[in-house]
Amino acid sequence: MGMTITEKILARAAGRESVEPGDLIMARVDFCLGNDITAPVAIDEFEKAGFERVFDAERIALIPDHFTPCKDIKTAMLVKQMREFARRHGIVHYYDVGRVGVEHVLLPELGLVGPGDVVIGADSHTCTYGALGAFATGVGSTDLAGAMATGEVWFRVPASLRFVFEGELEPYVGGKDLILHTIGEIGVDGALYRAMEFTGPVIETLSMDNRQTMANMAIEAGAKNGIIAPDAITREYVEGRFRREPRYYESDADAAYESEYRWRGEDIPLLVAKPHLPSNVARADELANTQIDQVVIGSCTNGRIEDLRAAAEVLRGQKVARDVRCIVIPATQAIYQQAMDEGLVDVFLAAEAVFSAPTCGPCLGGHMGVLAEGERAVSTTNRNFVGRMGHVKSEVYLAGPYVAAASAVAGHVATPDQIQSRRAA
Amino acid sequence: MAEESRNPAGSAGGPAGPGAAEPQTTLEGRVWTFGRDIDTDLIIAARYLTMKEPEELAEHLMEDQDPEFPRKVQPGDILVAQENFGCGSSREHAPIAIKGAGVQAVIAKSFARIFYRNAFNTGLPILVSGEAADRIREGDRIRADLAEGTIENLTRNESYQAEPLPEFMRNLVSAGGLLPYLKTREHR
Repeated sequence: MGMTITEKILARAAGRESVEPGDLIMARVDFCLGNDITAPVAIDEFEKAGFERVFDAERIALIPDHFTPCKDIKTAMLVKQMREFARRHGIVHYYDVGRVGVEHVLLPELGLVGPGDVVIGADSHTCTYGALGAFATGVGSTDLAGAMATGEVWFRVPASLRFVFEGELEPYVGGKDLILHTIGEIGVDGALYRAMEFTGPVIETLSMDNRQTMANMAIEAGAKNGIIAPDAITREYVEGRFRREPRYYESDADAAYESEYRWRGEDIPLLVAKPHLPSNVARADELANTQIDQVVIGSCTNGRIEDLRAAAEVLRGQKVARDVRCIVIPATQAIYQQAMDEGLVDVFLAAEAVFSAPTCGPCLGGHMGVLAEGERAVSTTNRNFVGRMGHVKSEVYLAGPYVAAASAVAGHVATPDQIQSRRAA
Repeated sequence: MAEESRNPAGSAGGPAGPGAAEPQTTLEGRVWTFGRDIDTDLIIAARYLTMKEPEELAEHLMEDQDPEFPRKVQPGDILVAQENFGCGSSREHAPIAIKGAGVQAVIAKSFARIFYRNAFNTGLPILVSGEAADRIREGDRIRADLAEGTIENLTRNESYQAEPLPEFMRNLVSAGGLLPYLKTREHR
C-alpha cells in the first residue's frame, strides 16, 4: 500500500520507513513558531519545566503579530517577555515592529518554511504552509514549549481526505471561495483530525497566494493539516527563497484516502460565510439586502499581494460607501512596499479606505477596527464566530478580496459584477 | 480517544513533577451543558488574551455564551458538550480558563484536535462519550472514573462508557505531562 504526502513527511520526520493513520509517533520538527498570545505562555512553561536551552536557535520564530504595534500595556508586557527570551536564547527569527508581519505570510515569504518540512506553530492557522507541500499544523503553547526545548513533537498520524477540483474557475473566484465551498459542504468538523489534500486541474493552475488561502482555512473544517503536492508553481516560489534544502513529496497512486470529494470549478460561485460559522456558506450575489458597516481586507488568509491587487482592481475609480469603513492591511512590510510600488495604495486612499501597518489586529477583535454592538462586517479573515471581531452582538461575513472590496463600495454584500452593472445603469 | 488523569487541582498549568500527589482518577460534580461547535472565542474571547493567569481568565469563562456563567460556575463543576468542543484558535488560554474556574473535567461527543492536545498537555481531564453527551442534563450530578473511562449519572442512576486512552498517552500522563515526558527523553 502506498502513502499519502502527509504520511510520507511524517514517516521521514519519525525516522520510519512508513506510517499509517492512527499511529502515534514522535517526530522531529523542522521549524516551530509562536506569537504574542501563545509564546508568552510557552515561555512560562519552558521555564517552569526547567529547560535551559532551545534545541536550535535558527529553527524557532517568535512573531509578535497579533496586537502589533502593541495596543496597550498588557500586550507590551507580553512582547517584552518574548523579546527578552529571544535575546537570552539567541533566537534568530524574532521580528519586531518595522520588520514583523502576519506570521503565516511572513514565514513563507522569508523562506523559513518549505516543502517537506514538519512545522508546528502555536497558532491554529499554521496549516497555511501546507500550500508549499509541508506538513504544518497548529498546536498549543505547551506543545511549542516542548518543541522549542527538544525539537520533537508527538502526533497521531491523520487519515487523509482527498479534494479534487476539476474544470476551471469563473472570473473573480479564487482560493477563498474554494475553501469556503469545501467547508460549507463538509462542515466545521468535517475533517476533524484528518489531513485535507487538495488536488485537480483547478489547483494545478492556482497561484501560490491562493493556495495559501486554501490551506490556511483547513483548520476551519477541523483538519490537522491541509496540503498541496509541490509542482512547478511551488518550485518557482521556493527556489531562491527557501533557506534549507526542499524535499519534494507527492502521494503514491495507490495511497489510501478515507474519502474523496470531487467538485467542478464552474459550479463554485463567489461565496461568503454568514455568521456565526465558516460553514454557513451562501452565494455572495444573493445578499444585497445585507447592509454593512465595515470591510476588512487583510490577515493570514487574504493579506497577500494578489489579494491587495484584487481589492484595488475593484476599488479603482470608486469610493467606499458613505456609511462603510474600509480597512486594508498588507500582511508584511514587503507586501506593503510592493503595494506602494504598484500604485495600489494610491487606489485605496483615493477610494477613502485606510491602509494600515501589518497586524492581525481586527481579525480577532484585537485592535485596528473592533466592531460595536449591532455592527456588521465583511472580512477577508477566517473566523466569524460570535464576538470574533468585537461586540458579542456584532456580525462577520467572511469573503474573498473581490467580494470584500465590492461590498465596501456597495454598502452591502456584493460582487464586482453587481457594482459594475449598477455603475452602468 | 479519551482523557488524561492528572490532578485537576494541580497548580496553574505547572506539570506535576516526580513525587507529586497520586493522580486523582475519580471526579464527582454538577454538570453544565453546552451545544455543538463551542469555539475557543466563546470559551475565552480574544479581547482577554492579553491575560494569561488562570484566575483572571476564569472571570470571563464562556462570557459570550452566557454573561452570567463566570458567576454561576463553581469549583468542582463538570462541563458536558456535544460535537467539536474547543474548535477554532489554538489558544491554551481556553483550557487554562476552564481549569482556573475550578472545573474538574469536560466531557463531549468530540473535541477539536488542538483543544484536545491542549487539555491533555495542561492537565484538564477530558472524556469522549457520545452516550454521556446525549443523556446527561444540566444540573445532573455525575461521577467519572478517568482511569476506567466510566461515567455514572447519580441523578438519573445511569452509567456510560467513554473511549479509552491510547497507551502512548497513558505514558505521557504517567510521566506527569508533556514537558516532564520530553525531559526524560532529553536525558536518555
